[in-house]
Amino acid sequence: MRTIFYIIQKEFIQVVRNRVMLPMMIIMPIFQMLVLLYAATLEMKHIELFVVDNDHTEASRTLVSKFEGSPFYKLSGHSASIKEAEKQMKKDKTDIILNIKKGFGESLNRGEGTDVQVLINAINGTKAGLINAYSLNVLSEYMGEYAKDKGLYSEQFSSGSLDVRYRYWFNAELNFKHFMLPGILVILVTIMGMALSAISFVKEKEIGTIEQINVTPIRKYQFLAGKLLPFWIIALFELAFGLTIGKIFFDIPIRGSLFLLFSFSSVYLLAVMGIGLFFSTITRTQQQIMLLFFFFNIVFILMSGLFTPVESMPQWAQTANVVNPLAYFMRVIRMIMLKGSGVQDILRELISLSIYAVLILSLAVWRYRKTS
Amino acid sequence: MQEKLIEVRGLTKKFGEFIAIDKLDFEVFKGEIFGFLGANGAGKTTAIKILCGLSYPSSGEVNVAGFDVYTQTEQLKLNIGYMSQKFSLYEDLTIYENIRFYGGIYGIGRKELHNKSMQLIRKFGLVNERNSLIADIPLGWKQKIAFSIAILHDPKIIFLDEPTGGVDPITRRQFWDLIYEVSGEGMTVFVTTHYMDEAEYCNRVSIMDEGKIVAIDTPNNLKSSFGAANMDEVFVKIARGTEK
Amino acid sequence: MKSFYGFIRKEFLHIFRDPRTLLILFGMPIAQIMIFGYVVTNEIKDIPIAILDHSKDQATREISNKLISSGYFKLVMNLTSLKEVEPAMKKGNVKEVIVFEPDFRKKMESGLPGSVQIIADASDPNTANLIVNYTFGIMQDYMAQYQQGKPNTIVPEVRMIYNEGLKGVYMFVPGTMALILMLISAMMTSISISREKELGTMEVLMVSPIKPFQIVVGKVIPYIGLSFINAVVIIVLGFFVFGLPVKGSLIILLLESLLFISLALSLGILISTVSNSQMVAMFISLLGLMLPTILLSGFIYPIENMPVVLQWISNLMPPKWFIIVVKNIMIKGEGWQFIWKETLIMMGMTAFFLLVAIRKFKIRLE
Repeated sequence: MRTIFYIIQKEFIQVVRNRVMLPMMIIMPIFQMLVLLYAATLEMKHIELFVVDNDHTEASRTLVSKFEGSPFYKLSGHSASIKEAEKQMKKDKTDIILNIKKGFGESLNRGEGTDVQVLINAINGTKAGLINAYSLNVLSEYMGEYAKDKGLYSEQFSSGSLDVRYRYWFNAELNFKHFMLPGILVILVTIMGMALSAISFVKEKEIGTIEQINVTPIRKYQFLAGKLLPFWIIALFELAFGLTIGKIFFDIPIRGSLFLLFSFSSVYLLAVMGIGLFFSTITRTQQQIMLLFFFFNIVFILMSGLFTPVESMPQWAQTANVVNPLAYFMRVIRMIMLKGSGVQDILRELISLSIYAVLILSLAVWRYRKTS
Repeated sequence: MQEKLIEVRGLTKKFGEFIAIDKLDFEVFKGEIFGFLGANGAGKTTAIKILCGLSYPSSGEVNVAGFDVYTQTEQLKLNIGYMSQKFSLYEDLTIYENIRFYGGIYGIGRKELHNKSMQLIRKFGLVNERNSLIADIPLGWKQKIAFSIAILHDPKIIFLDEPTGGVDPITRRQFWDLIYEVSGEGMTVFVTTHYMDEAEYCNRVSIMDEGKIVAIDTPNNLKSSFGAANMDEVFVKIARGTEK
Repeated sequence: MKSFYGFIRKEFLHIFRDPRTLLILFGMPIAQIMIFGYVVTNEIKDIPIAILDHSKDQATREISNKLISSGYFKLVMNLTSLKEVEPAMKKGNVKEVIVFEPDFRKKMESGLPGSVQIIADASDPNTANLIVNYTFGIMQDYMAQYQQGKPNTIVPEVRMIYNEGLKGVYMFVPGTMALILMLISAMMTSISISREKELGTMEVLMVSPIKPFQIVVGKVIPYIGLSFINAVVIIVLGFFVFGLPVKGSLIILLLESLLFISLALSLGILISTVSNSQMVAMFISLLGLMLPTILLSGFIYPIENMPVVLQWISNLMPPKWFIIVVKNIMIKGEGWQFIWKETLIMMGMTAFFLLVAIRKFKIRLE
């Protein structure tokens, strides 16, 4: 135990003395929270709307003002020519074209079905899907109101209609930041934990100090534990720091138990740091290991459900996520923070990750060779 | 005769097809300063790494301080010290912190460690510099500190792999004073070098060439048997001999 | 000149002697394209839902069947009371609960609206929004059928321009190109130059007859090759695997890629002049290049949604301009007149980074 203490002491001194790393550790969470959280938003506002109105009736004007009145849309221009509208879309000046053809209002007044054309710039599929959803909402709202105002078909309209009540649980205002912040925290602690300890190990290999260590009777697990623990503490500290920033600036809810969150994070960190240390036993240079990290982290992050729901991924991807520690944490941190899930809700993940951590750390100890 | 601290029989190390060391046989006795000479690439570093338990032999028997290098590397490591030609101190730690760190992982008690560290620092007259970073001190000092760290845990044998590479003659001379000092206290010294003048300071030397030991004896015997005035000439003659 | 060739050879050897690194360098774009194509889809598919049916009549059964057979949803639980809703959601597997209030069909038949509650797990707000909309759409569909075309609706005719199927490929191919080229060109060069500094071999090179300028060019050349091959691999994969054609000129696209590679390399050189260890170079690359490439370039998140300050900052991000250029050429099939502005901006950035890097380099030498 005392041997491990001396390694921990040394690692801490080296971190504190590094003129670049220490500021980086403080700036990184602030940067990630304040900048990325604002950047990583799929909250739709300022959808650029281009209107082509060839109808010029009260009905069409009301429809346009209904769109304008919505906080999501911004009128970017209007014209009588669809050609002009398409040109604007080509230049990326507009996201959606609302094409109201002649006869729209008349058909409505006569009580017939009618159509409007909605053209959406769909290069970004996600965004287009959301714009479509918003637009359909506006249209159906309009339809209801217009019909009511005019006293038209009120009977038919209510007959066989639906009384739908929506309830958005855990995030009633659909605040996207509350969804992204836990995700960004996951990335923060992962990078801190995984990269720092493993790179500092490989650096000793590259510089040659590892030989002096290998010639001492230190046990393999002692050395790896000494490399792991300081950065484990630092990463947990970063998590606390990030949560504090989130609480102060974004009023992020923490509905579940903080103790549970930190306990789970501790186990999670052991697993990802185990992966990092395992990588460092199979690489020789820092360049190699950094490349490995980038590769695996990009894959891990994309598959973790940071951006898109895991449930919609193909089955093989969901199966592959068994070895992706980020997938466990991404899910659990949101459960604990946003839903207030308790220990019995996350028990399966907790146990899986504990086994994962034990396995990968053993693998790292086994693979680390003091004698080649 | 005296107690054998190192015993090597038929030691061979291959890297793929390349034979780095070819059937070495030698022994080192307790208390002697054993010089392990040879040109660059002759296989010295490979051999020393095997003796220190950093690398496994391909075949042959090796026993160091009574321990077998195949099966007892960890006990062996407790009884030896090693100073590599690569620089082994942490540049971003101070002199004192480096000593404390290495002492700590050898399991030296806290109090004893503090006393030993201070004793070393006083010995080198570095009391005022003990809190300066290794990065900021001259190379000669670094090597002395690296040496003291290697013997901090009182090993039976100290392995020095080209300890004086790149330092000026005066510092080299001072370094050898240190070697004599620990040798006088009964420690066995195993040193590789390619400075032939340093070979003269050894009790016995072996000369390696292309993975084989081509000569092993006291410097005086070698000089007389090769009819040479100094070790440099001995070395040149051996090198020429193998060229033919 | 001869020593210069020798130096470039050494750099190539560094890379090619290390099969693992090479494997990652070439495997990365492939893996990323595949993941973006098959895993990170925006499609709503097999979302686990639960139904709490207080009516249990023909209408609610038909609606339920319609929901489940749509492919968007997967029924994982039938609930019997409202109390079960919360635990189902807290465990995380149910994203939406549909509650049919009693007498659904009876109400419908007597001309009253049938009551239904849609409870969505909005901890992921966008998914919640989408699935609620889908659910609502399906229910409306049913109603329309039930009413047999009673004319009270506006039927919107929605067309998705440039990307009928809402495929992600139009976003991720340009984005992945930017990301990979940035990674290989900027990060790998900055780390590779810092490595020579950290290990002290830079000093050896400095005293050799090779000029500092040649050292840098020599370091950079292998990475130009690697990056370019990767750019081509991505385009080829996009075409053959995901059917993404290059509508515009392929030559212009490749030229623009080369320009972006030079831009990234000049950034990498600049980073290496300010960092003296590999770890520092990596963190600067990570903070200064990777995250902005992913988040501030319009790759995943639309720039228009960001606060004005970030929109300003995004203008300073080289990948933003490259992504615009690639989209214009590949997807819209435009020529020079739509991309000359972006091209000029990238050229200007390259020149600027190189100038600063050279100045820094000189100061260090003196």
